[in-house]
Amino acid sequence: MNFGLTDEQEMIVSTVRAFVEREIYPHEAEVERTGRVPPELAQEIKRKTLELGFYACNFPPEVGGAGLSHLDFALVERELGRGSMALTHFFGRPQNILMACEGAQRERYLLPAVRGERMDALAMTEPDAGSDVRGMKCTARRDGGDWVVNGTKHFISGADHADFFIVFVATGEDDTPHGPKKRITAFLVDRGTPGFTVREGYRSVSHRGYANCILEFDDCRLPDAQVLGAVDGGFEVMNTWLYATRITVAAMSVGRARRAFDLALHHAAERRQFGQTIGRFQGVSFQLADAVTEIDAADWLTLAAAWRLDQGLPANREIASAKLYATEMLARVTDMGIQVFGGMGLMDDFPLERFWRDARVERIWDGTSEIQRHIIGRELLRPLGS
Amino acid sequence: MKVLVPVKRVIDYNVKVRVKADGSGVDLANVKMSMNPFDEIAVEEAIRLKEAGKVEEVVAVSIGVKQAQETLRTALAMGADRAILIVAADDVHQDIEPLAVAKLLAKVIEEEEPGLVLCGKQAIDNDMNATGQMLSALLGWSQAMYANKVEIEGDHAVVTREVDGGLQTVKVKMPTIISTDLRLNEPRYASLPNIMKAKKKPLDEKTAADYGVDVAPRLEVVKTAEPPTRKAGEMVGSVDELVSKLKEAGVV
Repeated sequence: MNFGLTDEQEMIVSTVRAFVEREIYPHEAEVERTGRVPPELAQEIKRKTLELGFYACNFPPEVGGAGLSHLDFALVERELGRGSMALTHFFGRPQNILMACEGAQRERYLLPAVRGERMDALAMTEPDAGSDVRGMKCTARRDGGDWVVNGTKHFISGADHADFFIVFVATGEDDTPHGPKKRITAFLVDRGTPGFTVREGYRSVSHRGYANCILEFDDCRLPDAQVLGAVDGGFEVMNTWLYATRITVAAMSVGRARRAFDLALHHAAERRQFGQTIGRFQGVSFQLADAVTEIDAADWLTLAAAWRLDQGLPANREIASAKLYATEMLARVTDMGIQVFGGMGLMDDFPLERFWRDARVERIWDGTSEIQRHIIGRELLRPLGS
Repeated sequence: MKVLVPVKRVIDYNVKVRVKADGSGVDLANVKMSMNPFDEIAVEEAIRLKEAGKVEEVVAVSIGVKQAQETLRTALAMGADRAILIVAADDVHQDIEPLAVAKLLAKVIEEEEPGLVLCGKQAIDNDMNATGQMLSALLGWSQAMYANKVEIEGDHAVVTREVDGGLQTVKVKMPTIISTDLRLNEPRYASLPNIMKAKKKPLDEKTAADYGVDVAPRLEVVKTAEPPTRKAGEMVGSVDELVSKLKEAGVV
């Protein structure tokens, strides 16, 4: 067993860290204040990422990616997690699910996405279908040789910048012993398709500038060529390709926690009260001790889950544990950071209050903490027949 | 033409330096180490010269502990073609003095026959600012220190130097030794494809003994101390008050 990073991994980490510090940090306050990313800045980040060969680094070399392993990619995400998501979005990592593209879809969607020419967004959640994905009401019915889509999706991240969308839609229903069960199909939908509108979404407390949008389908007509994977095979593509995205959330949480921790640590070492630095008070130093222990634990849990994927080992439970623990750790660590800073921690002169707000969504998206616990519990008890 | 770029592994510029309890030096155990920033500028300049077609090969060399291999890998990931590691110490706290480094570099140059040496003007750990100049003396080569701009024109180089009070442009005969100043260029990030390629690039490992150079220290560090903490300032309400305070302090 070897817990050290290779020279390549060290260099990947230091390059991405330096990139985030120099190209992302200086713009964060403005994005936070205005709630938007200036298009020139978005293009600039994208251009630099492409030049560095990091754009779509999660894709295999056959399609023009760098072919990073899950572990290497987790390290990239961890460093990106230090920066504003609204901005690191343009350090493009298209959805892996695009690997399910076939035939002409590769030229129209997969390859341009990897080259940074077209940006994608994933649309699953609906107002009445959150954790219960199968409860979706957005449907596609057959009409002649086409599909006609109706319904609404919301909380669609990155939709404001997306050129096309991977949309999950109900395409029928099966009767099962547990009651009716919807069949789901994934579609590729171009922005501007008649009957399809992207509307501004809600104003979130987390990740300002990383917009969430509402998608509306009103008799939107799609040919068969837009089906990603098989008809009624939406769950298969989802399970094959979206499996690993929870590692991303865990890894980003670890990176952000480290940045918040460093602020708190330096504050504790410099801020003087009652004639000494506050770090000399155990009430403060013990909070820092607990925080760094939790961050390290979440870090290793995340890297180990990614490593299992690389080894081809079952990792569903481990990924769920990493996502659950890292996101809950982030909430505790950012809260601790504010406590160490005191009142100043709540002011937007420092980024801590932002990390604290941003942390909140991590326990919700990509499977809530409750869903992760459900997965962990199921993986433990199913083999025992429970 | 071949360029030789010496790179030093030093304490990272972001690390808050701590003096060891016994005052013998700076504590380097378990701290982040990186390539000396001035050397990074030298690597960048060498790669730019290669991209401009003025140079065929960039060779990075590092002298110190075995871990300096990481520093060389960084140089390779930035775009250097190959690297030479000369292991001359086994304790991270043992600094190799400029004269020993210059002597070792002179030996490497004898073997490699580069047309140009690009080095950082100084290392940020001990700020000696001596290796380039000593190397020039040992080889009898011309030198252009503190470069702000470098142009290679056939058998000579035109170098703009940062000197006290401004800039000075000199024309030196090749082969030459140029040391880099802060504003010469902005070093690139290592690109992902180059990071992946770095491991496959050759890295020769040698020892100081291979070159017959004695690296034993000639200098003795008597004491290392933290800089004195600044005394608290005093707010003044008016220019008159400021002037009288300055007079009181005997500085005007």
